[in-house]
Amino acid sequence: GLLSREDFQRIPELAINPLGDRIINAFFPEGEDQVNFRGFMRTLAHFRPIEDNEKSKDQNGPEPLNSRSNKLHFAFRLYDLDKDDKISRDELLQVLRMMVGVNISDEQLGSIADRTIQEADQDGDSAISFAEFVKVLEKVDVEQKMSIRFLH
Amino acid sequence: MEVAWAVGQVGALWVAVVLGLIVVPSALGISLGISEAYMWVLVKTLEWATRRLQKGAKKPQPQMLQTPTANGIIERDETPMEQEIDRLHRADFEFSHIFYFCRKGFEAIVEDEVTQRFSSEELLSWNLLTRTNVNFHYISLRLTIVWGIGVIVRYCFLLPLRVTLAAIGITSMIVGTTVVGQLPNGSVKNYLSEVVHLTCSRILVRALSGTIRYHNKENRPQKGGICVANHTSPIDAIILTNDGCYAMVGQVHGGLMGVIQRATVKACPHVWFERSEMKDRHLVTKRLKEHVADKSKLPILIFPEGTCINNTSVMMFKKGSFEIGGTIYPVAIKYDPQFGDAFWNSSKYNIVSYLLRIMTSWAIVCNVWYLPPMVKKEEEDAVQFANRVKSAIARQGGLTELPWDGGLKRAKVKDTFKEEQQKNYSKMLVRNGSVG
Repeated sequence: GLLSREDFQRIPELAINPLGDRIINAFFPEGEDQVNFRGFMRTLAHFRPIEDNEKSKDQNGPEPLNSRSNKLHFAFRLYDLDKDDKISRDELLQVLRMMVGVNISDEQLGSIADRTIQEADQDGDSAISFAEFVKVLEKVDVEQKMSIRFLH
Repeated sequence: MEVAWAVGQVGALWVAVVLGLIVVPSALGISLGISEAYMWVLVKTLEWATRRLQKGAKKPQPQMLQTPTANGIIERDETPMEQEIDRLHRADFEFSHIFYFCRKGFEAIVEDEVTQRFSSEELLSWNLLTRTNVNFHYISLRLTIVWGIGVIVRYCFLLPLRVTLAAIGITSMIVGTTVVGQLPNGSVKNYLSEVVHLTCSRILVRALSGTIRYHNKENRPQKGGICVANHTSPIDAIILTNDGCYAMVGQVHGGLMGVIQRATVKACPHVWFERSEMKDRHLVTKRLKEHVADKSKLPILIFPEGTCINNTSVMMFKKGSFEIGGTIYPVAIKYDPQFGDAFWNSSKYNIVSYLLRIMTSWAIVCNVWYLPPMVKKEEEDAVQFANRVKSAIARQGGLTELPWDGGLKRAKVKDTFKEEQQKNYSKMLVRNGSVG
C-alpha cells in the first residue's frame, strides 16, 4: 500500500513530461521515499475543482486544499527547489532548464529568467516571494487551469 | 477392485461421449448445435443477472450502460501546448506556463492511456464470475444461488470436459503432424497437413468453448502473403487457424510447446527461430522474405504488437513485419469480455494459470474481421505503412488506437519523447525571435 518514485516513473505520459520529476517530488514529504494512500490523496486534492457552494460554508475552519491560494502555493513549491519560500534566480533557471531541455543557450535562458524576476519582483531582493508570485498571477484563471474534473 | 473397474467404465463412457459428440463432428467440420444451445442458455442467464443487479442498485443508473469506458473517468483538456500557452497572449516565459505541464502530469497520474491497457478490461455489468467482481455486492439470494450453480457447472463439468478435449487436441496434433511429416513432399502431403491442422484447431476451439464469428471471409489471407493481427493472448493463433492454415512464426521453446513445434514443422513449413537467431533482425527478415517469395507456401501469421494487450486498444506495430514486402492481410480480433476474459496478463499469471482461467470462464466469444489486403505504397516508409494498417484494424475492431509501444509493459519510455516535448516548448519561447 505504498508508492515509490519508480511506480510513478512507470507511467509513460508522466515520464515524458519535462516537469515530471518535480511533480513526482511533490507527492513525497521531506526526506521520505514512500507515500501512502492518504498522502497521495492529499496531494491530488489540490486539483479538486472549486465549487461555488463551498465558498460560503465553513469560514472558520482551515482552508480547503483546493482553494485558489493553496493551488497557487502548490505551483510555487514546484519552482521553489530548496523550500526556503523564495524563488531565486538559480531556482528559476533550473526549472526553465527542465522545461526547455538543451534547445536554448545559457545566455538566452539567463535573460529570460532575469526579465521574469525583474517584472515580478517588488521589494527588490532579486527573488520572488509567495506574495509577489500571487500578485503576478492575479489575472490568471487558476481554478480552471489547476483543476481536474471527474466525469459523472 | 470393483471400484477401480467402475471408475474405468465411467472413464471409458466419458471418453466415448466426448469423442462422439464433440471430436468427430469437429473433425468433419459440422456442428451438432450443442454449443449453440449452451450459448443461448448462457446469454439468457447473464441478461437475467444484469436485470437483477440493476433492480438491486438503489440509485437509477440507466446511463451507466451507454457510457463507453473508452471515455475515461476524467475530463481531459486536449488543447495542444501552443494554444494553451498562447492564450496568455505572450510568447515569453511566464510563471503560469507551469500550470500546463502540472495539469498534464496530474491527469496522467489519475488516469493514463497506457498502463490501463496492460490489465484486464473492467466490465460494465457483472458476469457471474468471481474474478470480475470489482464493485458488485450482495444483491439477492437468487443471484447468489445462480452464481453458486455457475461455479459448480464451470469447475465440475466444463473444466474436466475442456481439459479432456485439449488433451485430445494436442495429442492428435502431435501424432497427426508427425505421421503426415513422414510423407514425401507433394500436394497430398499439403492437403493432409491442412486437414490435420484444421481438425486439431477445431478440437482446441471446442476445448475453450469458443464461439467465433468470421466476417468478410472473401478477404481471407492467400498463399504468399503475410497476415497481421492484434494480439491479446496466445489463443489468437488457434482462433485464426480454426478457419484457415497459416505458417506460424516464433521462437523455439522447450517442453510441450517445443514438442508441438518440432512435430508441426515436419508437416508444414512453419518458421521457428532459435533464441539466438531472433536477436539478428536481418536474419529474421531474410528468412521471412524467402518464405513469402515462395508463392506456394502458406501465409505467415505475425502479431506486430509484440506483446499481449488487453483488447481495448491497438498499440504500436513494430515495423519489422512491414519491411518484408509482399501483401499484408490485416485481421482484427475482438473478444467479448462478457463471457470470459481472454487477455493474458503475463506479469500476473503464468501460462498454466492463464489456461486454467480460460477453461473456467463461461466461453470465449470473439469476432474476427478479415480486412482487404494492403500493400506498401511507394512514397511511404515501413513505419507509416505500419500505422496505416494499425488504423484499419483499430477502426474495424472498434478499438482505440495508441501510438505507444506495447513494450512499455516492461521497459521504461525512451528519453527522446521527453526531449521532443522540451523542443516544442522551446520553439514557442523563442518564436518571436526576441527573447528577454
